[in-house]
Order: sequence, then C-alpha cells, then structure tokens
Amino acid sequence: MASWGEASESRLIGKRINRLSGKDKVTGKAKYTFDINRPGMLYGRILRSEVAHATVMGVDTSEAEALPGVKAVIPLIEIGNKLRYQGQEIAAVAAETDDIAKDAIRLIHVDLEELPHVVTEADAMAEGAPQIREDWAGNQSEPNIREDGDLEAGFAEAAVEVEATYSTAVQTHVCLETHGHVVEWEDEQNLTVWASTQGVFGVRNDFAQHFELPANQVRVITEHMGGGFGSKFGPGIEGRAAAELSRITGKAVKLMLTRKSEHLVAGNRPSMTQNVRAGATRDGRLIAYDMKGHGTGGISSGAGFQAPYVYHVPNLRTERVNVAVNAGNQRAMRAPGHPQASFAMDSLMDELAEKLGMNPLEFRRINDANEVRQAQYTLGAQEIGWHRRNSVPGSGTGVKKRGIGVGSGLWGGGGGRGTEARVTINADGTVEAVTGTQDIGTGVRTVIAIIVAEELGLNTTDIMVKVGDSGPGLPSGGSGGSQTTPSVAPVIKTAAAAAKQKLFERIAPMLEAPIDDLRVGTGTIYVVSDRTKTITWEQATGQLGMESISEGGHWDEELRQNGAAGTQFAEVEVDTETGAVRAIKIVAVQDCGLAINRLTTESQINGGVIMGLGQALLEERFMDPYTGRMLNANLEDYKVPGTLEIPEIKSIVFDTHRRVTGVGEPPCIPTPGAIANAVYNAIGVRIRELPITPDRVLTALAEKKA
Amino acid sequence: MSDKEKKQGTSISRRSFLKGVGTGTVAATVVPSVLIGSENAAEAQAGDAISTATIQLNINEKMYEVEVEARTTLLTVLRDGMDTSGNNVDLTGAKLICDRGECGGCTVMVDGKSVYACMMLAIDAQGKKITTVEGLANGDDLHPVQEAFIKHDALMCGFCTPGFVVSSAALLNENKQPTLEEIKTGLSGNTCRCGTYPFIFDAVKTASRKM
Ligand code: FES
Ligand code: FES
Repeated sequence: MASWGEASESRLIGKRINRLSGKDKVTGKAKYTFDINRPGMLYGRILRSEVAHATVMGVDTSEAEALPGVKAVIPLIEIGNKLRYQGQEIAAVAAETDDIAKDAIRLIHVDLEELPHVVTEADAMAEGAPQIREDWAGNQSEPNIREDGDLEAGFAEAAVEVEATYSTAVQTHVCLETHGHVVEWEDEQNLTVWASTQGVFGVRNDFAQHFELPANQVRVITEHMGGGFGSKFGPGIEGRAAAELSRITGKAVKLMLTRKSEHLVAGNRPSMTQNVRAGATRDGRLIAYDMKGHGTGGISSGAGFQAPYVYHVPNLRTERVNVAVNAGNQRAMRAPGHPQASFAMDSLMDELAEKLGMNPLEFRRINDANEVRQAQYTLGAQEIGWHRRNSVPGSGTGVKKRGIGVGSGLWGGGGGRGTEARVTINADGTVEAVTGTQDIGTGVRTVIAIIVAEELGLNTTDIMVKVGDSGPGLPSGGSGGSQTTPSVAPVIKTAAAAAKQKLFERIAPMLEAPIDDLRVGTGTIYVVSDRTKTITWEQATGQLGMESISEGGHWDEELRQNGAAGTQFAEVEVDTETGAVRAIKIVAVQDCGLAINRLTTESQINGGVIMGLGQALLEERFMDPYTGRMLNANLEDYKVPGTLEIPEIKSIVFDTHRRVTGVGEPPCIPTPGAIANAVYNAIGVRIRELPITPDRVLTALAEKKA
Repeated sequence: MSDKEKKQGTSISRRSFLKGVGTGTVAATVVPSVLIGSENAAEAQAGDAISTATIQLNINEKMYEVEVEARTTLLTVLRDGMDTSGNNVDLTGAKLICDRGECGGCTVMVDGKSVYACMMLAIDAQGKKITTVEGLANGDDLHPVQEAFIKHDALMCGFCTPGFVVSSAALLNENKQPTLEEIKTGLSGNTCRCGTYPFIFDAVKTASRKM
C-alpha cells in the first residue's frame, strides 16, 4: 500500500521549506502573462458597455480604424443583440501602444437603444419589475427545494425558536493580475498563448476547439500567475478576442483586462439572503430548520449555498432561487457558497444558543458530528482564550468594546485523477519533474520539488520543476476546488518512486547487492545491510551513461483524503462611537491532512482568513439602481483588506493524518461567521448583514437604544 | 462630442486629472469614482496632435533614452518602453494593477523615496535616480528585504511582491527599526490579495535587524 511514511522518517515533507520561485518573485525576474513582451507585439483593448441593458443598433469603427497605429478592430457583438450588463464586450482593437489602443476605443461609436434594467435583487424581485431573462418569470429561477424529516413535528418539539434574515453582499475576486493573454500565431496552424489562468490545459483545449486546431498545436504557458481565486479558467471573450486580433494582424497581441473590467466581468461571489426559522430542543439539539433564500450571480445562475451548513438538522425544508440582475456573471470564488452559508448558520447557532442560555461552543459540540472539528473547538478555544468572552454580550465598558466569536467550515479538497507527470534522472545527476499543472500562488512547484527530493534523497533546489506549460503534453486539471496538491502529489510521488526503482536496478550490480537492499540517504545511495557500500548520488547517476531514466506516475487514492474541517475564533474590538470594527486576533484551526510544506500551508491559511475578513468587514459591490453601473469598480472604493486591517493571525496546521488534502479554499470559510459572532459578543447587537460596516453597526446600536 | 458618445459616458480624463492634482500626490485627492471610473475616458481627442519628446532617464544606474508623450507614465516606460536604439526597457518588476495610485503594485524608488510609477509622468522623472525592484539587489547579493521575504514566505502569487519589496526597502531607508504599527502604516499604500501580510510584517522585522 502506498503511503507517505511516518513523520519521523520525513526529511523534507511536512517541514517549512522556502518557495522555489521566491527569488524570482522578490527580484522582479518572475514573468507573468502581464509582463510578456514579444517582438512587434500589439496591445489589445476592449470597448465595453457603459449601460446595463440595451440593444445594439450600430457600431461604427471607421474612425478608430483610421487612427494611426491602430492595426485591427473587431466587433464582439452582433447588431441587434442585447447588452445585458455594464462591461459587456462590444468591440476590440489592437494597436501599436496601449495608449493608442485606449484612444481607438474612444473613437468607436456605438448606437444603443436602452432597455429598462434592474441591478439590485430588491428591484429584480419587485412587483412589475422588467423581466431581464426571458426564461425566468419574475427574474427568478425555478426554486430548488429540499425536504427532510417532518418540519411541523420538529417545530413542535422545539423549546426555542429563532427567526431571522441573514444576508451577504456580492464580492469580487480582485485578482491583482487581471485576466488576460498574450497570443502569438507561429503560422496558421500553431498558436502560443501566455495565459493568466488556473487551468493551462483547459485554456489549451478551448483555443484548440475554437480555432479547430489539433490540441497539441496550441501551447499554453503560465509560468507565474497573479491570483485567480476561482475566476480564471477558460480564456473568456478577451482571450478569444486577443487570438482573433493576433490572427488578423499576424502579430503577437497582449490583451489584459483593466482594473475596472476585472470588477465588472471577471466574476464575483454571489450574494446570499436567507430567511430562516429554526428551533432547538431544551437539551440543545437542532430540531427544525425552515429556510427560504435567494442570491444573485448577475445575469447567470450559480448563486447556490448550503443551508443548513455543517451542523445536522433532522427536520428541514429549504427553498432557494437565483435572482437575475443586469450585472456581470458570477464565477467560482474561493469555496463557492461556503463562507456565506457558514456566516448565516454560525450566526443562527449563536442566536439559538443564547435563547437556550447555553454556551455557544457547548451548543455546537452537541450538534456537530465532525470529530476533527470537536478537537479543533478545544484547541481554538484555548488559543483565543474563550473564557475571556463576555458571558453577557455587550457587557464590556467603555467606548471600544471587545468580543469573541466562533465559526466553522468544511471543504472537500481530495483531488482526483487526470494528472500525468514525468520524473527524469539524468546521468549528470540532475533531476527534472514535469507536469501540466500551474502554480497559482499556492506553491505547488515547491510541493513537487519536496516530494521528489524526499524520494531521491536530494534537496528541493536540486529538482528542476517544470509546470505551467502544456508544451510537454503532460496534462493536469485546473487549480480549483483545492484539488491541485491532492491531484498532483500522488502522481509525482509514484513517478519519483518509479524513477528511483529504475536507478536502483541500474546500480545494484555495481554495488553487488539485491535491489531491495538499496536505500537513498542524503545525496547518497547505500546498501542497507552493508553501509560501507555507500555511493554519492552523482556516482550512482554516472552509471546511466547516455540514457536518462524517465518515469511516469499514477494517482493513488491511498495518498490523499477528502474532507477538511476548520474552526476559527475571532476577537474583535468595536468602536461604539464610530461603528468601526477592528479584528484583534483570529485563530484558525485548519485540518490540512498531510501538509507537504508547512510554511506555504500557513501562508494559505493566513490568506484565507484575510479574504474572509474582507468579506466580513469590507467588501461589497455597489450597484447604482439608476444608472445600472457599479459604483466602486476600482481598488479605492472596493476595499480589500490592507495592512491596517490585519489582526494577529494564528494559523494552526491541524494535521490529523498522513494523506494529502488541499487547503486553498477552506480557511476563508469560518472567518465571517466568527467575526460576526464576535461583534455580537462585543456590543450585544446582532448584525445579520455582511459586510459589517460602520454604518450598519451604528444603525444597529441606535435601534437598540431606541 | 456626439450623443452616442455621451451615452457611453464621458468623464474627466486622466490627463486633466493629473494636471489637476499634480504628479506624485495621490492618496489625498478625492475625485468621485463615477467621474474618473470610465475606461472609455477621453485620453486624447481625435485630431489632437500628440507631441512627443526624447528624454533621458536614470534607471537602476543606467541611462535610458526614450521617446515619450506628455501623458506617458514612468510605469509605461519601465514596462512597455523602448529606448531610441530599439531595445525594450523591459523592467516589468513593477506591476500595473490599478493604474491610478490605489494599490502600490507599481512602486519604485525615486531619489530613495517610494513613488507610484503609474502616477508619475515619465517627463517628471528626468534628472532623478530611479530604482526599480530589479535594481535593489547587488548582483547576486539580495537586499535584506528580499532575503527576508523569501525566508518568511512573504509572497504567494507574487504579483504584489515587487511593490511590497520596494516599499519595505524605502520604509527601512527612513526608519531603521520600525515597530509593527509603523510597518503597517508604512506599507499601507500597498495591497496584496493573496493575504501575505502577516509574513510580510515578519519579513520587514527580520530585514530591519539585518540592516
Ligand atoms: S498600479 Fe500604480 S498604484 Fe496601482
Ligand atoms: S502575493 Fe498574490 S497578491 Fe500578494
């Protein structure tokens, strides 16, 4: 049975190892798609709609085409078709400089017939609202209904009940490297694409299909990539436009989205509203749960969330719809549906616990079947100092009040088949590990090096890792669902083991020992029954002559595990005069399975917590009902966490077993719930709407007084 | 201006915005975002004669002769510029992220102080000493900030990293031993979406001890 071995036997796995790409990234040497400069390269830009709903009556590109330096202008929408949100593509240009491309965009004249729009859920759901999707009466999808047990009987058994509405705002991904590509046709049949993507092979296949090319004639390269968070899979309209512009002009074309477009069209986390009625028994069991909810993913569907979340309720009914608005489409965003579900559920848990007069942690323990989280409750409570919380919420004195809260989450992250990899050992002792995955900032490059180095007794810096290139034809899946490491690691491990075995076969005769007797040391190979027979790595590989060893691997279910539980505790300080909420400390206890690299795993947890903090306190897409435009499509008014918002974060790598699990997403799940509960514990007034902004805090405090 | 263009929204151009607030001063000016938000904004009116100038810039202790328009930013020269003998400047360490002084991804040092290169016109950078992230290391000897960033894993995707590295180095130029609060304030002009902040703080602390 394949295994990762015991922790005590590991030299590198599970240790804190510096990222292989670190030096390139701190010196500015790392080249992202945005940084690619090709000879004679043109710059692409897209003209986008500034109105939320309109029919295109005409597009006149003649003036733009006549502008010196403009090399091509292509339409991206047909006359007579509808524009259904601000930011939708109308036309694209390629020009000698980015500034000229910008000027050219200005010179395209668009004749529009405006149609009534709705950009907020309230407006979309209102009586008599203009219908913006032909297939959705009242701008709402068919309800998704789930029933379990006997709801009536459940409520009859309940000793306490809570009825409340919880809601969260639309959040955008805010990848710092905007979506985009550099596209270059070598000839009519061969295309090279530098893509800022989470899925090199997905992008390759999309381009191949679109241009009817054999897949191996499209090469996609993503050496470094500046953030995706779920929004960067296919090439998108902008990628195809870049390829088209490149084909027409015969030049390489770089087309990166602007910051504004990134907010408008490159995906978002849908909003969520839950109207919940729930009950618990006197002894603290969740017994009944009735939820009617909705969310918007823009003009598209996909605004799903789980309800109830994590905790088991035997009797329930839930009904959920998608609401259409004239705004850009949602895309998967770091643990899609989960943080909002966790926020609502964990808020509800606290409200029920209070009605029962029960410690909220105790109430969770009763209703949580997950053993990992049970252990995490104990550890996290200790770390935050749970006993310090206000036993009577809001009972602190002074203007600035502190409180402590808890939240929970669960994610899959078990990986899957579909990755091919090769580990090559050369006669000069060099080692290469190649696979078609991509390092989107999670550090998978280093993870691969660690696994190979561990297997071969080398250092991570000895391993040449090649990822982010479809060229070698070794496919791997997209980096989504926290699947990268658990998908890739087993294949790399088995490939390295196979290569090692081959090397042993080659050198066993020289060492006059049976193959099974050989082991790797640190930079050495030795015979286990006779340690005097030890040779260096280079002596061993020297035996290979002209022939390298190159082995593939396979995915092995035994090497990974699905299901990563997490619990977080937050301490906050609320200024009751300004309404400002400041996070003081967050303890994140995150099930990580076997953390191949403890250092980058901690980075991942920190990052998840910080994104969750943004959702809890800062981030909200503002749509203007009158103009139909997003009011804060920039980085000043759409506020992501900055240095001043960062609390003390204690990221605890809670490793419960020796199998690999992905943790890119799960650490952002429990944060909003923990923070919301901490705010309540501080001020004794519950904010049921994210983000918890000063105005909401002050309003809630004023309502309490009144 | 035709009605059609009006429909697509008109706005203050960056040119007039820059004129209005002067270069280099960034954070304090509040302009309603709706006004400056349009990416279809007028950068140049059709028929405007675009005048160019040949200027010399001292970047990482090397002189570059480049041809620029009045509107060309320092960041554009660094990333996309070509010198007069046809070589790409190709200093792409400084990133274009927000293009309006909100994120710090384009931070470079001008005469030892951190500046948003997206908010400085190239012509205003003449006669100044410009240091980009590429110029921080001394050959193979990394700057202590760079060493510390690697050691503490103060980077994930790394797209914000050059900006943070330069800002951190500039901060340590001015304050050799910053407290945690001073680090946070000193780097508050930079944004990281991956959430590397805690390790960035650790890295700057470590670097400050080494300098
Ligand atoms: S790109 Fe210059 S501050 Fe954001
Ligand atoms: S490391 Fe990705 S944005 Fe900072």
